[in-house]
Amino acid sequence: HLPSLRVQVLIRTIRTARTQAEEREMIQKECAAIRSSFREEDNTYRCRNVAKLLYMHMLGYPAHFGQLECLKLIASQKFTDKRIGYLGAMLLLDERQDVHLLMTNCIKNDLNHSTQYVQGLSLCTLGCMGSSEMCRDLAGEVEKLLKTSNSYLRKKAALCAVHVIRKVPELMEMFLPATKNLLSEKNHGVLHTSVVLLTEMCERSPDMLSHFRKLVPQLVRILKNLIMSGYSPEHDVSGISDPFLQVRILRLLRILGKGDDDSSEAMNDILAQVATNTETSKNVGNAILYETVLTIMDIKSESGLRVLAINILGRFLLNNDKNIRYVALTSLLKTVQTDHNAVQRHRSTIVDCLKDLDVSIKRRAMELSFALVNGNNIRGMMKELLYFLDSCDPDFKADCASGIFLAAEKYAPSKRWHIDTVMRVLTTAGSYVRDDSVPNLIQLITNSVEMHAYTVQRLYKALLDDISQQPLVQVASWCIGEYGDLLVSGQCEEEEPIQVSEDEVLDVLEGLLVSNLSTPVTRAYSLTAIMKLSTRFSSVNRIKKVVSIYGSSIDVELQQRAVEYNALFKKYDHMRPALLERMPIMEKTATNGPTDIAQTNGETDSTILDTKHLPSITHPARRCNYHICFCLAGIPPMTAYNKNGLKIEFTFERSNPSPNIAVITIHATNSTEADMTEFVFQAAVPKTFQLQLLSPSSNVVPALNQGSVTQVIRVLNPQKQQLRMRIKLTYTHKGSPVQDLAEVNNFPPQSWQ
Amino acid sequence: MIKFLLMVNKQGQTRLSRYYEQVELGKRASLEADVVRGCLARRKEECSFVEFKDYKLVYRQYAALFIVVGITENENELSIYELVHNFVEVLDKYFSRVSELDIMFSLDKVHIILDEMILNGHIVETNKTRILAPLLALDKMAES
Repeated sequence: HLPSLRVQVLIRTIRTARTQAEEREMIQKECAAIRSSFREEDNTYRCRNVAKLLYMHMLGYPAHFGQLECLKLIASQKFTDKRIGYLGAMLLLDERQDVHLLMTNCIKNDLNHSTQYVQGLSLCTLGCMGSSEMCRDLAGEVEKLLKTSNSYLRKKAALCAVHVIRKVPELMEMFLPATKNLLSEKNHGVLHTSVVLLTEMCERSPDMLSHFRKLVPQLVRILKNLIMSGYSPEHDVSGISDPFLQVRILRLLRILGKGDDDSSEAMNDILAQVATNTETSKNVGNAILYETVLTIMDIKSESGLRVLAINILGRFLLNNDKNIRYVALTSLLKTVQTDHNAVQRHRSTIVDCLKDLDVSIKRRAMELSFALVNGNNIRGMMKELLYFLDSCDPDFKADCASGIFLAAEKYAPSKRWHIDTVMRVLTTAGSYVRDDSVPNLIQLITNSVEMHAYTVQRLYKALLDDISQQPLVQVASWCIGEYGDLLVSGQCEEEEPIQVSEDEVLDVLEGLLVSNLSTPVTRAYSLTAIMKLSTRFSSVNRIKKVVSIYGSSIDVELQQRAVEYNALFKKYDHMRPALLERMPIMEKTATNGPTDIAQTNGETDSTILDTKHLPSITHPARRCNYHICFCLAGIPPMTAYNKNGLKIEFTFERSNPSPNIAVITIHATNSTEADMTEFVFQAAVPKTFQLQLLSPSSNVVPALNQGSVTQVIRVLNPQKQQLRMRIKLTYTHKGSPVQDLAEVNNFPPQSWQ
Repeated sequence: MIKFLLMVNKQGQTRLSRYYEQVELGKRASLEADVVRGCLARRKEECSFVEFKDYKLVYRQYAALFIVVGITENENELSIYELVHNFVEVLDKYFSRVSELDIMFSLDKVHIILDEMILNGHIVETNKTRILAPLLALDKMAES
């Protein structure tokens, strides 16, 4: 049996592999050799084999068959064996393997070993991967070692205790006595890990936190010694004495001082001292300052100290080191709400960071900038933010655009400025703007009555330049449809009015309809806009032609609209002007959905050309505001029942495949202040008819006409007799059941003839 | 706390990996690949801290090797940045100007050094002499 390869030789061999397949082959060969060596219980090479296994494991190859071997190594007397065994345990084992339970005894023995390095190994391993059972069994040993005078062991025991507490929180109490004199240690390793242990205990238990508050003076003293003492070669990092310890102490102070006046006061001086005396030329010093700032901001510090902290952050922003700028912006973002004025002072530096090359810095600078915008600085800030929008990464554009819209809405100094800003965003980042911005912008434009001529002119000019950005195109189409008359009459006051003819405007809108760049939604917008212009322009024939062409469009949405508009030209021409009237000012409601906007118009059958699209006839579940569509089917709606606040309307459709079937949709609305629940509508017809009732949309009729229940009835009337119906209504209103019967006799003749 | 520490070269090969938080063995490979990709894509002007999933990465490049440390939200990034350098200085001291090959061929020793510095995701010792003491003792033991 050939002696196994030494680890280095194996590594060298593997490196010669030229392909992944070759490497895999070598590894498999070696694994097979190792496996047989394990089977033969070969003690001499076990250590070496496990070491090789660990290397292969790191490369990503399975090594589970070595788990048991690690245990054998741990149990060996040789330190070199134990070393690899414990390392293997930490790398290969986790709690889910049963194997680790077998380790408990070994670890227990090793925790009491005569050599401190062995004790150290077992502490380290237990602290890394000990399960709850192991921790429970061995907590006593760890606690003992926490009290030893051997600093090498004490520091490791502290961190091991942290792990034990994490795994078995109930055991935290047992470590309390040992913490008594941890902070009197001179050894920095012990100090450091003790602070970590204390931190863990304070974070887990409010009782512990109160208990340890009395340590604040001691911690302050230690920190002071670190700063004031001269050069100490043992812990020096670039001229600062043990910065890692300073940082940990500052963090513990933060936890102890939070929400507690006395503790905060006790640490006030030392924080000011650290803040002013720490050398800032290297990263080390800045790491300490960073932690100091975080602590000052979290505890109850006096205002002078807080301003000092924010000024440190302001200085960080000017630092050449990008890491420091990043950290500063992160912290400022956290404090901008609570210390708004102090952060405002650094606004120009923050805005400069918008031009930084680092993506995370730019993002934070953008978020901070939006947080700092107010009525006083809106003009200046918006200039910077718009410039940023032009040049930033696409990932940012959507958020930036939304942020700009929000800021503009809150602080716009004038309507003209607001519209200009919106235009700027739409033209430079139009394709990144969020979908919900379109209705919001339309509402803004509608409500800026005196700017209509200016807005439509600017939007028209933008369309001439570029029709690829859909949100811009949609808003522009809508606007031209509404205010096209102002456009051609050259009424603009804000700037030089352009000369444009009706035909030119229609050319542009028709261009949108045929362009490949337009989405279906955009096409719908432009068709509707063209239609609206039929009451504002004189070239009605041209519009009629366009509308009729699209009556056979493949796009169902477009087709339906065209058909309906055609009908408007023909049978319902008398209604056209009223329907296509200018939209009135919209109240901004909470949900801002199109139906809410429609409600404030009052009349339910006037300008319901909402901002999205006309609902289709095939969705009777829509709100009853859309009477217009049912009108277009040819049969007028009727009120079948109206009593005690409950109103039931019938609308009609002829079912094309069989003209003997009348399809009726009931719309139930409730004008009282309480909902009508458990609403059930039943109908009966004379013997010569047949009736089919489909499922209702719901059985709650909401109060105050906030919605309706709809239900479809199909009536077969083969003998074409006059339609009559008896209906029964049951519902619960204000807790009491209500029932009513009624006869419906006023069906329009068209519904049954 | 520190979630993991990786040493990866520019070709994406892992030279050292240590996890202080449970990460399934199967998931480690893809995690390491993602991390490396994230760091290799960084330009010189960008800072050394990367927001990664729901935690952060601190990375530093030394010649052809990247040292990447995954840390939780509440950890001081600048301090960890210093810690990485401290680690490299210790390696330098032991190996006399450490190189990638040193790390590859003496992986177990690097682990010993690391274990003396970081335990369970927290710093346990930063003094170089004290960190190297057990390893030097072990070396003496092996010679005799």
